[in-house]
Amino acid sequence: MKKIVELKNVSKSFDGELVLDHINLDIYDNEFLTLLGPSGCGKTTTLRIIGGFETADEGEVIFMGEEIGDVPPHKRNVNTVFQRYALFPHLNVFENVAFPLREKKVPKAEIEQRVGEMIKLVALTGFEKRSVTSLSGGQQQRVAIARALVGRPKVLLLDEPLAALDLKLRKDMQQELKNIQKATGITFIFVTHDQEEALSMSDTVVVMSEGRIQQIGTPIDIYNEPKNAFVADFIGESNILDGVMLRDRKVSFSGHLFDCVDEGFAPREPVDVVVRPEDVDIVAPEKGMLQGTVTSVTFLGVHYEIIVDIDGFKWMIQTTDFVDVDEHIGLYIEPDAIHIMKKSEYSGMFGDYSSYSMELDEIGELEQIEELGELTEEPVEEAKEAESEA
Amino acid sequence: MKKKASGNLTLIRRLALAPYSFWAALFIVVPLIFVAYYAFTDLQFRFTTDNITRFFTATSTVADETGEHEVRTYVLIFLRSLKLAVISTVICLIFGYPFAYLISKAGARTQSILITLIMIPMWMNFLIRTYAWMTILQDTGILNGFLGMLGLGRIHIIGTESAVVIGMVYDYFPYMILPIYSVMAKMDVKLLEAARDLGCNGVGVLRRVIWPLSLPGVISGVTMVLIPSISTFYISQKLGNGKFYLIGDAIEGQYAANNLHFAAAIAFILMVILLIGMAFMQRFANKRAAV
Amino acid sequence: MKTASKIYTGLVMLFLFAPIAILLVFSFNDSKSLSVFSEFSLHWYRELFRDSETLGAVRNTLVLAVCAALLSTAMGTAAAVGIHKLKSRYMRAVMDTVTNIPMINPDIITGISLMLMFVFVGRLFGAATSLNFATMLIAHITFCLPYVILQVLPKLQQMDKALPEAAMDLGCTPMRAFLKVEVPEIMPGIVTGLIMAFTLSLDDFVISYFTSGNGFQTLPIRIYNMTKKTVTPKMYALATIIFFVILFLLLLSNLTDADTVQAVRTAREKKKAKNKA
Repeated sequence: MKKIVELKNVSKSFDGELVLDHINLDIYDNEFLTLLGPSGCGKTTTLRIIGGFETADEGEVIFMGEEIGDVPPHKRNVNTVFQRYALFPHLNVFENVAFPLREKKVPKAEIEQRVGEMIKLVALTGFEKRSVTSLSGGQQQRVAIARALVGRPKVLLLDEPLAALDLKLRKDMQQELKNIQKATGITFIFVTHDQEEALSMSDTVVVMSEGRIQQIGTPIDIYNEPKNAFVADFIGESNILDGVMLRDRKVSFSGHLFDCVDEGFAPREPVDVVVRPEDVDIVAPEKGMLQGTVTSVTFLGVHYEIIVDIDGFKWMIQTTDFVDVDEHIGLYIEPDAIHIMKKSEYSGMFGDYSSYSMELDEIGELEQIEELGELTEEPVEEAKEAESEA
Repeated sequence: MKKKASGNLTLIRRLALAPYSFWAALFIVVPLIFVAYYAFTDLQFRFTTDNITRFFTATSTVADETGEHEVRTYVLIFLRSLKLAVISTVICLIFGYPFAYLISKAGARTQSILITLIMIPMWMNFLIRTYAWMTILQDTGILNGFLGMLGLGRIHIIGTESAVVIGMVYDYFPYMILPIYSVMAKMDVKLLEAARDLGCNGVGVLRRVIWPLSLPGVISGVTMVLIPSISTFYISQKLGNGKFYLIGDAIEGQYAANNLHFAAAIAFILMVILLIGMAFMQRFANKRAAV
Repeated sequence: MKTASKIYTGLVMLFLFAPIAILLVFSFNDSKSLSVFSEFSLHWYRELFRDSETLGAVRNTLVLAVCAALLSTAMGTAAAVGIHKLKSRYMRAVMDTVTNIPMINPDIITGISLMLMFVFVGRLFGAATSLNFATMLIAHITFCLPYVILQVLPKLQQMDKALPEAAMDLGCTPMRAFLKVEVPEIMPGIVTGLIMAFTLSLDDFVISYFTSGNGFQTLPIRIYNMTKKTVTPKMYALATIIFFVILFLLLLSNLTDADTVQAVRTAREKKKAKNKA
């Protein structure tokens, strides 16, 4: 596989605040890569550095083997789908898509043909003469994609393009984006804070936090083999416990010795243990490796989500068996359901569900989306300020 | 060097501001300094406070039914200007506020028609507007002709303070309506519904929701009526028959007499008083906004 | 309530338009009387069109307004772009304050202040009268500028910041991105600013009065001089013509106003949707 974009030791700060901390990232041809992380993790800044809207303070940006740190956006063979689309309101659908071709003085007949193709690709045939302001969110999204693709970029950057759509539409667009990527063979670099979106669409997921890359891997790797407590918590639900690796394949936590499949730790090394809620079986108390009391039960349709108190630590378990609050139950965990991680700066920060409630989680997500809106605006402003200062 | 990407654009944008900065400094700021300079100098451009003192101390005698009085000419003129301007502003507010509210509650088409209608007289030159009233209010004018036809006798109104106030109200009425309307038009109907829902009656909604929210419009309306009224000179000349010398007339008179230093002094004093007044109003507005 | 507001609206309109209607009617009066309409005649219009001084003033006013509007719009638009990009809050506050001065200051002070400066500078160069067309043009540009800036700046602020970035992303140089994407976005503001500057310049009397000289006379100054002495219905004829010109301009600008067009369009669409449902 051919490397198409390389970030080498890239750092960036706004107003003395470090936003990117020595990022190293290789992006390959034909890849669907997702930058995933909470707001403020630096994912949008990374995208903007690749797009040419920000300049790295330190490090190199290499595009197809060439340093492009000083190349302005209009000279980069990279196009962006902006968060709120940034369609030109004074131009209709056709002219929006034709914009980059007109800029390059492409012959008229070819413009007609290529714009037509693109409009067909995003299923907007018949909408050519419509004003972009009269389109729905999903349609605007398609115009933005067509406009970014018509110039045949090597890489397409997508900055939270689905954030403004409702859930149903978002699912459809995810599939469609994936199809478009396959059909065109263009490298997609996708920014999102939605882990589900990242897992379902990407070839490679890059998990970021606090300006650093936490883990790079396939969605399955990221989910099954999170590198630290941050990744384990951010991707899906996780019970994260303090444990001690006694020797290879033997780990002790919650006062019990478990068989596991992990090796290569020092004897008696303190570790973080991850157990996914769906990997815990509920059994009779006397048959369980651990025993605890159910403190809450939430019905979610496909399964129940229950919180179990085991010696003061609250576990989250997803089960199809019905149990009642206050019931005393036993837990059984298969060796391959236990994932061992090295201790990190994130140890002890995540993975306890003692203050957990569904409601809180949703509010948290909402806030995150709102924050995101502010956050993506602010760095732009700051960046421009920084530029004009120079 | 790395900032090159958009550096040239930034440069262009900074250059874009240069002509205006230059212009504003030369033709907005420097002329104001000249007002102060002239106000505090005599004909030979030597420093003096005589012009300012003269404003506060110059006296003249006026006669009325109780005899002759010695009055401070310019202080009296200023107070008269202030009085007439305040009366006009209050009248504009009392009649303009409900009207702005009415417009904001009308349908979209009606709104735009009414606003256009209000703007038509506004764009007519105020000299012509004032002049129209002169022909109406004259002793031999239409009003008296009309009253005579009805057998109600004649009234003498031209040359009185009332005539001046009518002229001011007529000339600046649209300036009161428009800012209040634009604030009210933007007001969220849901707020009013919420107030109702929370137990406000009609008066309560007006007092506790509509009025405080429309206050910025009111303040800008008041400013836009008060300031031209207080400094006008044409209205008083035409409708006051020159009997009601206002502060604007004083400035214009000194200018016409080529008495630039004293004209500057009066302008300077007016400017300072307005500045203090506006700062005061701004504080009042901020306080209200904070409550 | 409904009837009450209609009556109120009627009264306000009567107050606003009765004086103008009277001017209109009496401009067609044959006699000089201002209270009795004797006979329909175009006498005063003929008089007006024979008055070369007034016609000259009309021409002067138009020349001045066109120059002032174009120059203040060009400079004001550039200024708005620059102010929009100002990074320092302090600079921004200074710019805002200075820009506000001519709008808040009474016209008479703006007029006096400019006049004092022109006279002073003129005296330095030994000129007897330093007021002329140029000083008036400077004055007009000065008081039009803030209005232009105030029209353009909000359009820049409302614009999606990603738009120029998108244009650059799609192959525009920064300058082209500005011309092809930002300018169309702020165009309504520029046009409104231009129209405002034009009408303000046409209409201004007070500032013109203090900064004019050398026989250069605009229409408002001419009107002032005409109304100084006696009342003449020639003035009414002039007022009537001005009224219809203004009516025409207002209707025109209302028709071309993008916001209005947009409002009407959305209203229509809503209606359609309602009908369908």
